Amino acid sequence: MLLEKFGVAVLTVLAGIGAALLLFWLLNKLAELMPSKWEERIKPFFYILPAYLAVIIYLIYPAIQTVVDSFRDSTSTTFVGFENYSRLLASSGFRSTLFNTLLWILIVPAATVILGLAVAVLADRLKPQSEKLAKTIIFMPMAISMVGAATIWRFVYAAMPEGQPQIGLLNAMWTGLGGSPVAWIQQNTLHLNSLLLMVVLLWSQVGFSMVLLSAAVKGVPGDTLEAARIDGATERQIFFQVVVPQIKGTIITVFITVTISVMKIFDIVYVLTNGNFNTNVVGNEFFNQLNTNFNNGAASAIVVLLMLAVVPIMWYQVRHFKAEEANG
Amino acid sequence: MSTAVQAPSARQRKKAASFDPNPAKAGWLTKLVLLLLCVLWLTPTIGTFITSFRTLDDSNTSGWWTVLWTPSAWSSMTLDNYTQAINGSNMGNALINSFAIALPATFIPILVAAFAAYAFTFMEFKGRDVLFLTIVAMLVVPNYVALVPMLKIYGALGMNGTFAAVWLAHIGFGMSLAIYILRNYMATLPKTVIESAKIDGASHFQTFYKLVLPMSVPALASFAIFQFLWVWNDLLVALVFVGPGENEPVTIGLTHLRGQLGQGWNLTMAGGFLSMIVPIIVFLALQRYFVRGMTAGAVKG
Repeated sequence: MLLEKFGVAVLTVLAGIGAALLLFWLLNKLAELMPSKWEERIKPFFYILPAYLAVIIYLIYPAIQTVVDSFRDSTSTTFVGFENYSRLLASSGFRSTLFNTLLWILIVPAATVILGLAVAVLADRLKPQSEKLAKTIIFMPMAISMVGAATIWRFVYAAMPEGQPQIGLLNAMWTGLGGSPVAWIQQNTLHLNSLLLMVVLLWSQVGFSMVLLSAAVKGVPGDTLEAARIDGATERQIFFQVVVPQIKGTIITVFITVTISVMKIFDIVYVLTNGNFNTNVVGNEFFNQLNTNFNNGAASAIVVLLMLAVVPIMWYQVRHFKAEEANG
Repeated sequence: MSTAVQAPSARQRKKAASFDPNPAKAGWLTKLVLLLLCVLWLTPTIGTFITSFRTLDDSNTSGWWTVLWTPSAWSSMTLDNYTQAINGSNMGNALINSFAIALPATFIPILVAAFAAYAFTFMEFKGRDVLFLTIVAMLVVPNYVALVPMLKIYGALGMNGTFAAVWLAHIGFGMSLAIYILRNYMATLPKTVIESAKIDGASHFQTFYKLVLPMSVPALASFAIFQFLWVWNDLLVALVFVGPGENEPVTIGLTHLRGQLGQGWNLTMAGGFLSMIVPIIVFLALQRYFVRGMTAGAVKG
């Protein structure tokens, strides 16, 4: 039974690749049958057609449909105008969900960049072998799923009743210092539990930030550092006035990438609290509206809000790409 | 760190510029900070690993770290948690399901994207720039947009709950990234080689599969690793299109183990480790390509 499933998976891969090959071969032949003036004109479109179809079916069409659905009721049958939006924005629950998401956006990307840059710069001074080891250790959580990371950290934050030995690392240390056990993920004073959830994402993303920034730091031309040193600059001045300006592009790239993944953060919150104890975020609320409340209208409205938040980033991304092409 | 300023001798300067652009060496404070960070980063994973071999009683009554200094606890280590997670809690089945979803989602889009990337790099046509900028813009669109409409379409087609529903979706979501990575890589290939092939009378189709495709293998590998890890570790898309049950992947399987806490952390951690082992192996073995893909500007929405 299991082997059969695995076999089907391998066959699917082979059939999929074979079908793609056949498709391109046919499209290519079709183009070659045309008069040569037409052949050159139509061939590029045949080459990009299958890829573009995938993007249209799975991103462009659904994006439009989602906007339409956000103005319809929970089963997408009748138009309700802005009711989904007004109802969401009027509910205090959703407003705190938005606020929590904003906290994530304000804290996590900045923290990820700072920590990643710190590790990159510090590890750069180690011997090559130790540098590689340190970086691999920090980088490895990136391979672990958010569900896995959240499960691991749920164990770190676990609490046992007072008097019993604590099996969660954080409570063991806390009670070791004389405190009484705390159910950490239920503590929403000053959003402590949201911060603890953010730690999980930091743990998983700092490696990504470190690798990109480390490559950038190593790419800073040695003679600019040399010149600064000859001019008598301190290491601190060199870092902030020579290194940082030269790696600004990478810093922005990391910041944007992490910001996007933070905006749609779902798995960590779903596993650790499912949005309870005032930790809800937009991604989790979307899933609850879709899967628990079966409210397509509200779910679509949340996605539209998310898309609106992404538009400035998209605009920046396109402009940045154009500028880079013009330079290269 | 010494900040004393000396005029470096010509030899020193040459050495600094050509060999070691960063003469600052790690002091003890740097080493200590890095060591602490590494310990902090490793500890949760080590705790997971150790707990996954402990018995229910042990894991409920003492911290996993006590194992480190009580050698007597080592003899009670057991593989039972793994047997139970695989057979009793569906994780074995879920592992196969994860392969059934991740393999097609990883390998099928590569060729399709490579053709498109070839056209965007080496062919002139009307609207090329606009079409490619659309792909760049699509990079940051969250895949949330697809879930509600596709759920309806899949429902009408009777596809909900199937593997194909999930891997087809991942192909759609990964396509813009694939085209982007491959096109950026192909743009760095020497134009002269491609032009001389053209002069020798090679068609686009031949140039593509005899020259450009083999030369692009590093970029293909980068994308494949990215996509594999991304699909394997995905929870949301799987939850929406497959949901819990016979066809669930490991990420969903793990969320059930979380629900069975009455059985203790030992089983959860065994399941957790099972779900991580494949991506960790892929990652460690192919880290080089992964890093290259990231530095090639992999931004995914």
